[in-house]
Amino acid sequence: MTGQRPGAGPGEPVAGDVHPGDDAPDLPAADAPAADPGTPAAADPPAAEGPRARRRRGRDPLAAALIGVLTLLLGFAFAVQVRTTGTGEDYSTLREEDLVRILDTLDAREDRLREEIADQRSRLRDLASDDGRSEAALAETRERAEALGILNGTVAAQGPGLVMTVRDPEGRVRVADLLDAVQELRGAGAETMQIDDVRVGVSTAITGEPGQLRVDGVEVESPYEYRVIGSPQDLATAMAIPGGVVDRIGRQGGSVDIVQSPAVVVDALRQLDRPQYAAPGDGD
Amino acid sequence: MIPILGLALGIVLGLVLEPTVPLWLQPYLPIAVVAALDAVFGGFRARLDGIFDAKVFVISFVSNVVVAALVVFLGDQLGVGAQLSTAVVVVLGIRIFGNAAAIRRHVFRA
Repeated sequence: MTGQRPGAGPGEPVAGDVHPGDDAPDLPAADAPAADPGTPAAADPPAAEGPRARRRRGRDPLAAALIGVLTLLLGFAFAVQVRTTGTGEDYSTLREEDLVRILDTLDAREDRLREEIADQRSRLRDLASDDGRSEAALAETRERAEALGILNGTVAAQGPGLVMTVRDPEGRVRVADLLDAVQELRGAGAETMQIDDVRVGVSTAITGEPGQLRVDGVEVESPYEYRVIGSPQDLATAMAIPGGVVDRIGRQGGSVDIVQSPAVVVDALRQLDRPQYAAPGDGD
Repeated sequence: MIPILGLALGIVLGLVLEPTVPLWLQPYLPIAVVAALDAVFGGFRARLDGIFDAKVFVISFVSNVVVAALVVFLGDQLGVGAQLSTAVVVVLGIRIFGNAAAIRRHVFRA
């Protein structure tokens, strides 16, 4: 509303300036119904014009200057105030208690948001660490299962190693010879092996008479083929030591061929017996 | 003519210079402007009524502004500044409306 006033101001004075020139005839009729202001003008139109003109002429310069200065100040202040209000500094005109209330509200909101952020952060951390922990645990478990599987012979394995063929044309190689070979290979770092088509595990037994040997109850015939995974060099050296496996089988009339290979496949599998008496202990 | 020129020049100066209102003046400036507007409307009405007096105008202008600012200042000191400034604006608004009505009767004869 106040914004319209200055606009109306410049407009009205034009009418006002025109007005005094010929208001004398009109004023009385128009102002007759109006109570106070009209009466003096209506009573004496020429007289009304007289004092006004006199007053204008007689207006002393000091009063004119004061009026000018005051109105100039008003216009200035008006424009400045409109500008200030228009710049959107809404808080600048607010009173202290309002500002304090607004500040309180903002503080409370900030606190709430901060708490929320902390909450979410810790939840994120929990989830991330859970994720990482379970993933690591899963990977570790899988690795261990694979290692155990290779040791127990429940999974196929491949890697560097050697293929050892034991020929026994005279049928004189004994259980002890084959068992020695297995022990020696294990001692030399064999990780897993198979004899012919039988995987050698922790409970593997070699039984029978020379010429009718059985590995884990499965009959094997000469030539016996050992497929062993481990360091080929170490294994070959362990077999060839004086008084070792190769020597002893040679003394029984057999012969041993050892072929080192960068990729030996051990793919015979063993069935794991479910332990009947033993159960996992509590201690880690 | 002088008041109109003064007003116009003041508005132009205010728009061109774009001064920053000092902080201590900020609560009082709007009230002072409204009070001065009341004085100007009163003066304009008086001039249309043919009873304009420069001395009365100057004194009423100054006293309006000072009293309005003083009332708001006192209100601020008493902790009811917001309510008192509303009261001042309401009273001055009513007076401005009254003066505007009288001016309208002169200008439009209605």
